This record gives sequence, structure tokens and C-alpha cells, in this order.
Amino acid sequence: MNAIDSVRDILTRNMRQSGIVIAFIAISVLFAVLNPNFLSPGNLTNIVLQYSYILILAIGMVMIIVAGQIDLSVGSVVALTGAVSAVVVVRNGMPWYVGVIAALVVGALVGVWQGFWVAYVGIPGFIVTLAGMLLFRGLTFLVLDNASLSPFGGIYQDIANGFLNGLLGGYGFDVFTLVVFAIGVVGYAIGQWRTRQGKIAYQQTVESMPLFVVKLLAVAALVMWFGYQLSISRGLPVVLIILAVLIIAYTLITQKSVFGRHVYAVGGNVHAAELSGVKVKKINFWIFVNMGVLASVAGIVYSSRMNGAQPGAGNMFELDAIAACFIGGASTTGGVGRVGGAMIGGLIMAVMSNGMQLMGVPQSMQQVVKGLVLLLAVAFDIYNKRRASVAR
Amino acid sequence: MSTILEMRSITKEFPGVKALSDVTLTVEQGEIHAICGENGAGKSTLMKVLSGVYPHGTYDGEIVFDGAPAEFGSISDSERRGVVIIHQELALVPFLSVAENIFLGNETRNRLGMIDWNAANHKAAALLKRVGLDENPTTPVGTLGVGKQQLIEIAKALSKEVKLLILDEPTAALNDTDSEHLLGLLRSLKEHGITSIIISHKLNEIEEIADRTTIIRDGRTIETIDMSEPGSTQDRIIRGMVGRDLEHRYPERTAVVGDEVLRVENWSVDHPTQLGRQIILDASFHVRAGEVIGLAGLMGAGRTELAMSIFGRTYGRNIRGDVYKDGKKIQVRNVAEAISHNLAYATEDRKHYGLNLIDDIRHNISAAALDKLAPRGWVNGNEELRVAEEYRNSLNIKTPNVLDSVGKLSGGNQQKVVLSKWLYTDPDVLILDEPTRGIDVGAKYEIYTIINKMVAAGKAVVVISSELPELLGICDRVYTLAFGRITGELPVAEATQERLMELMTIERDQPLPTKETAS
Repeated sequence: MNAIDSVRDILTRNMRQSGIVIAFIAISVLFAVLNPNFLSPGNLTNIVLQYSYILILAIGMVMIIVAGQIDLSVGSVVALTGAVSAVVVVRNGMPWYVGVIAALVVGALVGVWQGFWVAYVGIPGFIVTLAGMLLFRGLTFLVLDNASLSPFGGIYQDIANGFLNGLLGGYGFDVFTLVVFAIGVVGYAIGQWRTRQGKIAYQQTVESMPLFVVKLLAVAALVMWFGYQLSISRGLPVVLIILAVLIIAYTLITQKSVFGRHVYAVGGNVHAAELSGVKVKKINFWIFVNMGVLASVAGIVYSSRMNGAQPGAGNMFELDAIAACFIGGASTTGGVGRVGGAMIGGLIMAVMSNGMQLMGVPQSMQQVVKGLVLLLAVAFDIYNKRRASVAR
Repeated sequence: MSTILEMRSITKEFPGVKALSDVTLTVEQGEIHAICGENGAGKSTLMKVLSGVYPHGTYDGEIVFDGAPAEFGSISDSERRGVVIIHQELALVPFLSVAENIFLGNETRNRLGMIDWNAANHKAAALLKRVGLDENPTTPVGTLGVGKQQLIEIAKALSKEVKLLILDEPTAALNDTDSEHLLGLLRSLKEHGITSIIISHKLNEIEEIADRTTIIRDGRTIETIDMSEPGSTQDRIIRGMVGRDLEHRYPERTAVVGDEVLRVENWSVDHPTQLGRQIILDASFHVRAGEVIGLAGLMGAGRTELAMSIFGRTYGRNIRGDVYKDGKKIQVRNVAEAISHNLAYATEDRKHYGLNLIDDIRHNISAAALDKLAPRGWVNGNEELRVAEEYRNSLNIKTPNVLDSVGKLSGGNQQKVVLSKWLYTDPDVLILDEPTRGIDVGAKYEIYTIINKMVAAGKAVVVISSELPELLGICDRVYTLAFGRITGELPVAEATQERLMELMTIERDQPLPTKETAS
């Protein structure tokens, strides 16, 4: 197929996904034009730091939503796990990694608790996690004795606020950051190349060679530009590494693993999945355990960023995470959604919040705009589906 | 007789497909007019054009109804003129009462804008009497069977003062008694001057009830047959539908029967929620390699329940009895174990239990044997695509791309995807529950051919079917099931429809015929 055809093919096949990427780029360009500071190295770094925990939550949430469930409790779990960590590290003076492990264990236990009620008792996730939202918020207040605990200081604080820079020296920009990004780009290119070779070996149609190279170069240029911006600011944020590892791991799990595919099968048609040998209860159980663990990772990052734990931490995070998934193309009825989509959805919200903040738009107006964006994104989704179902 | 409906040169195009091209349909006042055609021939599209689902302007051609041009913009437009369509999937709200359903969207209000439920229930009772249904109008619809729900749909149509009633596959989900009743009702409506259009795959019904039959093939009108003329037989209709003579509705096969593969002994199953109600009673049967056996039974006899309780206990509770595979006793506690023992069960309800309709063909085919594609837990996407292509070719699944969603396929092709899914698990025993329900004659033949290939490869096949001619056409042996008991076993050479029907109606308190009388 020729280049134009294959571009069109890619776009139409992934109409929803490409639509959202285009929207993201358009919004970014809009803010860049309205405010020159938007693309400044310092601000790009800030966007990553400010929204990393929402993106981490959205990774777990998209799997829950694909399975046809919802989790309303993650904001409270962020607070609880941060609080436990603070009690361990701040109040009892234990080393930072003990706090991290304690938070992860609590997150996993929360997941086991909710997964048990959803999978083995059969209560809808909406109800279980609505109860969990109250339950874990209450426990947070108990653990913290209704007061904030701070500061963590030291290494714990660096999880969300630290940067890896200067490891290889610098000349106005951080070499180490660029090296990491370059390794990432090369890894991506090799991965894409191997996928392409695999497809050719199985005699599938692939995009033409020039288009393939252009695509790779475009991605490489964008990523390296972003890396350069970071490198001339404060270097590579630690939390960006955590986020990148999680995104890559969960993209693979959801798209390539048997477990991931079973999650889609359960969300698409639970009866058909069961009759195809999928252990539905097990899937439902483990996606909630997974969500609990990821919520605790977000809790660690958030408490580290705040350098302390507050009883009210993480309030309404669940709504941001859920919105990121739906803006990113997840279906409200389950079976459809991608980690990559949820990340773009989360970034759209991040960019909009940040851009509007820079322009001095009042908080009230920001909420209105975010609400409208969520509504429009889902409306666009439904409109597309309707068109697709008529066109047969 | 005057003409009530004339559809002239109807052409309807979807992006890339011409669904109808120059279709003409003339229906006389007071007749029962059947529309026949293979799945995807355009029957449903034509009816959607007629009833305003596809509004005026989205198609070419003209419609004249009741002496005046009809330019319906929506279903409510067409209903106002007296055209009511009853879809295959019934549109009743299960939690609402019979009367509430009948008047839904059409509620009569008193001066204060409130619904007078006494009057509504009274009117509903009268309508129920007309359709011959003895139920209280306040009963929730969900508690009634499909046959009765179908009648409620007709009562609903009558409440709208219907002149032309369109029924899309009305008897597809009904048993023989209910079908008989429904057809009788259509006849009595005809006497009251109501014209009906009926779409059906059950050709014997059409032969019985229709005054005229219009055949549609590939989006074109082929012919309209006057059913009172001699020679207007089922074969004539089939010839029109497929465009060729179908001399053999069932492909030839010489059975090479080998060793016993599956034996089920003394199988008993209780109802999953109603305590103490036994659904399957002491059933025993076996199937050998290279053999096709049939399970014949009326609706509610427990055929699906028997199959599903064996297939990983997906139905029922308090399951007792033994399953032997290749002579060894096996435990099948869940579907994964069933699959690992090389059992496969293709459901009768592919939309709800067989397929993930929003996902693509490729993923549906690999769904039951994903482990084969993922030796270390990671799915080999390229191999998966190759497998999907392989089954697309070998089973002739008609689709431009295996990455298209299954929901877009026709019934016959969806069924082939279900079969592909189970064939890919490489089963020794394949249980097919109503494998040809709701699919057209041509696709049925293809399904039979696939079954023959399976047994030729030494597999054992169990077919559950409501259509006795089908069982007689493809099976080597037939078991009859009645009220949860296996009431007989006949080699196909000794089986006739009458003999099977006799065995299928033996009630629980009646003694079973001894083996001697059965053979």
C-alpha cells in the first residue's frame, strides 16, 4: 500500500486513539501560543511532577474500567498509604525504604479486601469502593490522629522531588538525562523494527519503509526535544523514571499477556469469557489487588511530593483518574480502553490545568473547563461508535 | 382485494455496500405475506426502511401505504399510520407489568395528565384476550416465557391500532406449541383484516401460513410466489433463496466409528436457585470417535442444562454422576478443566454466551486457547493473527479483515467464529448447541460440512437441535430427552420424526420404553 493509504488506514483504524492524540497536540500548541512560558523547561518538568500520581492511578484504573468495574476509593487509599508511610518514617524514625514497603503492603491488603468483596461475594465494584472510600478515609484520620505528619526529608522526599543529574557532567545541559532518553529512543526503535520484521515474516501488511522511518524520526525528535528541555532545567526527575517503567510494564501486560487479554474478555462479555475458560473471579480479584498496589505507589509519590501526610490528602484523585481513562477512550461499559490512551487522557487534563494556571484562569473556571472536556470526549466517543455501527 | 402496501424501486446504500437495490414489494390488504432470503440478503434492511428506522431520504425509491405516499421520518411516524414492527429481540421491559409494557410510550392520560391504571389494566385485559393469553395484566413481564412475551408484543401492536404487522423471526425462539399458537393468532388477525408481513427461516411455517412469499437475494427481489399454486413448496423457496438447487440439504458422510471417547453416567443436576428442583435425572449417554450423536428434546427438556453441567459445571448445583473420557474417570470442575480434557461446548446463544461482540474476530478465535499462543504467559500476536487467517480460510468466514469486530458479521459467520474458537482448542469431543439456529440455508450446509470434517478427523460430535430433520440428516445416533430424562436412544436408520417426537414427550411419571420396543 502506498504512504497516504497507510496513513489513512492507521488513522481510521485507531480513530479514537488518534483523535485524542491530535486533541492533545492541539491543546498543547494552543497553550504554547497563548503563553510562551508553557513550553519552558521548568514548566514541562512541573507538569510531570504535578500529575505523576494521577497518571499512576490511571494505569490501574484503566484495567478496572476495561474489566467493567470502577474504583472510587483510590483517593482514600493514596491518603491511607501515605499516612502509614509517614507513621513509620516520621513518627517512628525508621529508614525510608521501610516506609515504602509498609505503604505497598497496606495497598496490597486494601486491594485484597476490595477484590474479595467484588470477586467472591459478587458486590459491584461501585458499591465496594464507595464503601472503601469512606472506610479508608476514616482509617487515615485514625492512623494520623487527625493531624498532619511531616517532614519526611532525606531520600523519601527525593522520590517525588529528586532529579538524576550531573552523573555524567554537564555543559549547560545534563548529559545523563540525554543519554537515558537516547537509550529509550533506541530501545523504542529496535522494538518497532522487530515488530515490523515479525509482521513481515508472517506476511502481514506493514506501512511502507519511508513512512516507518518518518514515524520513528518524528517520535524520536519529539522525545529528544522533551529530554533536552528537561536536561537544561533540573535534569531527569526520579518520578519520571518510575512512571516510564510502570507505563511500559503495564502496556505490555494489558496488550501482550494472557492475564491482560482475559481482563478485556471479562469486560467485553463476562459470560462468553467464563465459557471460554477464563477464571472471572480470579481476574476481578487481581485487578483490584493491582489497583491497591498502584494506589499505594501513588500514595508514596504524593506524600513524598508533599513531604508529609495529611488526613485530607488525595481527595477527589479518583475522579481525575477515572476522567483520564474516559477521555483516553475507555468505554463506560467495559471491554475497551488502553493504558496509552489513559496516559494521554491524563496528560490532556494535566496540560489544561497547568496551562490555565499559567494564564491565571481562576480555579472555578478550570473546573468548568475540565468538566466540559470530559463530557465532550465521551460524546465524541459515542458519536464515533454510532457512526461505526451504522456503517455496516 | 386491494393493495395496502407498495414499495417501489427501493435502493439503500451503506458506505461501501449496496444493501438493497431496486427492491419492489407489493402486499395485498388482509394477506399474510412472507419474506424469505438468506441472512444478509436484505430482509431486515427492507423492513427498517418500511418502518422508518431508516428515515425517508436515506434511501431511494418510494413507498405507498394505504393509498397515500409514506415518508416516515421515524418509527413513531410509521406507527401513527398503523405500521408496527416486532423485532426478533423483544423490546419489553422485564420489571414492568404486562399492562405497563403494552401502553409504554402510548399511555392514555386523564384530565390531570395522570395515567388511569384501572382503565389501562382493563384495556390490557381485553387485548390479552384477543391474543389468547390468559395472564393478569399486572404480572411483571420478566416472569413470563418468551412465547408469552411475543404475544404481549402483538397485544401492544394491537393497542396501536395496527393495520400492517411486521414480524421479524417471530418463532425463532419459540417451541412448537408456542409457534403453533402464534401462527393461529396471525390467522385470526387476518380474519379481522390485519395484514401481516412475516420474516422467517422456518420454511415449513411459511408453507403452512403464508398467502404469498417474496424472495430476496443479495439485496434484490427475485420473485413473489403465490403459495396456493401447486409446486409452491419449500424446495421452490430454497431454490429462489440460494439461486441454485439444493438437492442435498445435508452433505454425504460415511461414518467410521471408533472407540468410545466420552461416557456420562447417572448424571443428575438440580436447579441453581430453586432448591430441590431436579433438572436432569439420572442421564447416561456415550459418544464414540468419528460419531455424531444428537440430543433431541423440546424446549425445557434440559438439553442445554445437561451439556453445560458437564462442561465445567457451568449450570446447576448438586451435580452428581460420573464422566469418563477415553475410559478413564475424569473430574471437570470448571471450564478450564473441561478444556484441558479436550471437551468443547459451543453455546446456543452466541451473542450472550459465545462471543465478545465488541472485540475483533482474531481475539475471539483465540479466546479459549490463549495458552497455546502464549507458552510463557505472553501472547504471540503474529502467530495469533496467522491462526485467525487460517480459520478464516478453512471455515470460509466472510469478512474483509480478521481485525474487524465480530459484531459486524452475519449470524452464520458469527457461528463460524464460535466454531473456530473451539476447533482451535483441538477438542476430542465437540458439543454443539443449536449450531444452525438463526442462520441461513447456505451457511447451514457449511456448518454441516465442518461437522463432517471434524468426525472424519476422528473427533466425537454431540449436536443439540430443535430441528428434527437436521438431527436425522447429520447424526449417527440420536438420544431423546424429555423432562430431564433420557427417554430413548435410536440409531438414525431407525429414527423418524414421529418416533422421536413420541419419545420426546414422555412425562416424568410415565414409564420409559424398554430397549426392545425402542429398537
